[in-house]
Amino acid sequence: MKRASWQEYQKDIADDKYYYARSCIRQNFFPGSERAFLDILRNDLGRNVMDDPMHTSCTGIGYHSDVVPLETIMTVVARQFALMGEAGYENFISSCITSFGIYTEILNTWEEFPETEERTREYLYKATGRELVKPRSLAHTSDIVFHFRDEIARKAKRKLVNVYTGRPLRVVEHIGCHYAKIFPKKGIGGSEFPYVLAGMIESWGGEVVDYPERRHCCGFGFRQYLVQANRGYSIANTQKKLESMSPYKPDFIVANCPGCSMFLDKWQYAIAEMEGTTYGPDGQGIPVLTYEEMAGLVLGYDPWELGMQMHQVDVEPLLDKMGVEYDPAAKYLGRDGRYIGKPERAAVNNGCQRAIYDIKL
Amino acid sequence: MKPRVVIVGGGAAGMAAALRLESRGVEPVIVEREEVTGGKVRNWHKLFPTFTPAEEVLEPLCRGIVERGIECRTGVSVEAVSADGVVLAGGERVEADAVVVATGFTLFDAHRKQEYGYGIYDNVVTSADLEQMMNRGSVRLADGSAPRRIAILHCVGSRDEKVCQSHCSKVCCITGVKQAIELKKMFPEADVFNFYMDIRMFGPGYEELYREAQQSYNIHFVRGRISEASPTINGRIQIKAEDTLTGRPLKMSIDMLVLLVGMRANDDNASLAASAGLALAPNGFMQNKDPFTGAVRSQREGIFYAGAVTAPKSLADTLAEASMAADAVVDYLNADRR
Amino acid sequence: MRNIKFGYGISKPRAIDIDSNDLRKSNEILREMPELQTCIGCGSCTASCTAGNLTQFNFRRVHTLVRRGEYMGAYEEMNKCMLCGKCRLVCPRGINTRGLAMLIKRKLGDF
Repeated sequence: MKRASWQEYQKDIADDKYYYARSCIRQNFFPGSERAFLDILRNDLGRNVMDDPMHTSCTGIGYHSDVVPLETIMTVVARQFALMGEAGYENFISSCITSFGIYTEILNTWEEFPETEERTREYLYKATGRELVKPRSLAHTSDIVFHFRDEIARKAKRKLVNVYTGRPLRVVEHIGCHYAKIFPKKGIGGSEFPYVLAGMIESWGGEVVDYPERRHCCGFGFRQYLVQANRGYSIANTQKKLESMSPYKPDFIVANCPGCSMFLDKWQYAIAEMEGTTYGPDGQGIPVLTYEEMAGLVLGYDPWELGMQMHQVDVEPLLDKMGVEYDPAAKYLGRDGRYIGKPERAAVNNGCQRAIYDIKL
Repeated sequence: MKPRVVIVGGGAAGMAAALRLESRGVEPVIVEREEVTGGKVRNWHKLFPTFTPAEEVLEPLCRGIVERGIECRTGVSVEAVSADGVVLAGGERVEADAVVVATGFTLFDAHRKQEYGYGIYDNVVTSADLEQMMNRGSVRLADGSAPRRIAILHCVGSRDEKVCQSHCSKVCCITGVKQAIELKKMFPEADVFNFYMDIRMFGPGYEELYREAQQSYNIHFVRGRISEASPTINGRIQIKAEDTLTGRPLKMSIDMLVLLVGMRANDDNASLAASAGLALAPNGFMQNKDPFTGAVRSQREGIFYAGAVTAPKSLADTLAEASMAADAVVDYLNADRR
Repeated sequence: MRNIKFGYGISKPRAIDIDSNDLRKSNEILREMPELQTCIGCGSCTASCTAGNLTQFNFRRVHTLVRRGEYMGAYEEMNKCMLCGKCRLVCPRGINTRGLAMLIKRKLGDF
């Protein structure tokens, strides 16, 4: 895909010693991704990452749903930063896009309105006895993977290439709205032509697809999908994107936002069940990956260790195209080797459900 | 000895002022940054609202400068201005009895409105690009074919806080109407849509041309600003806007998107103002002494303005103001000598 | 595809899609009444409309939608017009708005 100079939108990304803040929902929907991030950074790249059990939700979902007031979320965020300081770190990285947006917005608010920072310090101290330490750098974890994309490419076991045709895989990248639409200068490549995921795809041999609704929101919202009555227009946004990208025959979608990955994956199931429509080739859905999963596959991780059996849309067609070796029988075995149960057949995976799972299990 | 006046800028304003000064017994010296005089009009095809070839207006000015032997220093920029002369890049000083600043404006860089994909998607062009395409006689899509549907977007780099250009560039609306008609004449089968926020037809014959564009050329005017342009699988461009008159979002694919780029203040206006003790308007253009009685005067006696250096102006207004500036200079010189 | 009760449907797009709209009727109307294209959306017709002051009928909006190829309901809307002719008196562009109401009814009876 063509783009103007993305170098105009750069930010300082720390090279090591990160304090890691997890996402609330990712461990349910893409449970292997955060673990894969830690493994890649620690084992493959030899970086120091603090995964602190003391930190909490940033309360962003509550904030965006009008149940958590601004003063409260500021104090919660201040506590996360205080924990980082206490642990001896100064580079804060967040796994969630909404959290990243919230941290960015709050740091900017403190800068523009210093009295809010003072008040937050006071609340934090009164509530927890902790001292606010502001991070030296703030980045989303996709920024970190982007930062190491060339190093990962050098260590790659596989490329984003179709092993049958030798052609680059066609990848749709989807960037969470709160990554750069609120503060375009805080995102690699800005908001209109973000380069954070595209840079990874290009470094690892894939081809980025530009399509009419590329910049459109997935429709997650917060109160939109939370309230059943609003889900009709939440899902319609994902449908609009899928309809728009489908003619380009993408091999997979990659997203950097917990909600977007979940929506783009799970709504394909709902749309297929409601209307019988699927958007991938041969009547199947389009696999949706997180950037950690994409990096993990490139680095030779086992797809089931990456948690890819938890996807709604089956990933096997993609794994086959990439030449990833996997044990079909192990798909629904947990980390401890025990059978974890198997989803019902779904319209979105028509033609993809292989009998072999049933034989082995 | 004739009094000498340095004119900074050899565009339409500078040349017209020079000719008028010369005919009133003053010796003008034009200093032009480019290698040739003529300014932005040189790259224009036809002028609104009469479709007069730009050449017809520019050529007599250029010819006059040559025939009357007016001194032109081209390819050299001015570093500092004062009432008694200018300092050129390199340090040379040109003495004068008065100075006319006619440095015009800068075209808004459409790359800055990233959402329209200028420089990224084929067939997204600016109004200035379109004039040059018309000059070359090659208005075609990138693949050489003729466009079937064209959108013209008003106010690109005008009335837009996001790019720090809050002013109206004044001439784009009528340019959009003119270019829509020109495109319709070239491609009668094509549908042309103008997307506007307000239509500002301030000059004589403009409103009439707007009406003609609608009624005789069937050009569609949609009140709504395009929010983004993106590529389609068959090489076209998808645009989104609100049709504000129906209160509904609207989308369509088009073959060509023309961005009516605005006029913005020159980057060096600030250093000019600082060097000469002049004032800047909030939009970065030079601030004249008074909008009614001192339109061509600056805050400094002996320094005058002509043309779009003080605000976006049409060519007609620029030429009228150039004469006015020359007359004001002569009055100043006469008063000085008395 | 099974019968799952999701409790919600998928909203249909609201956008006017010029690509999928059939503009033939709209073009026919504009050919018969080219001055309609000169409408500047001032709203005088709606402001003076006998029916529009008492119902949801918005003459300007309906004929603008018709120009964009959105015909659904236009005929029924035009039935609200009392043909009093006041809109034609006030139109600053001289559009025969009263005639337009008739024209839309003639062209779009089966949409």
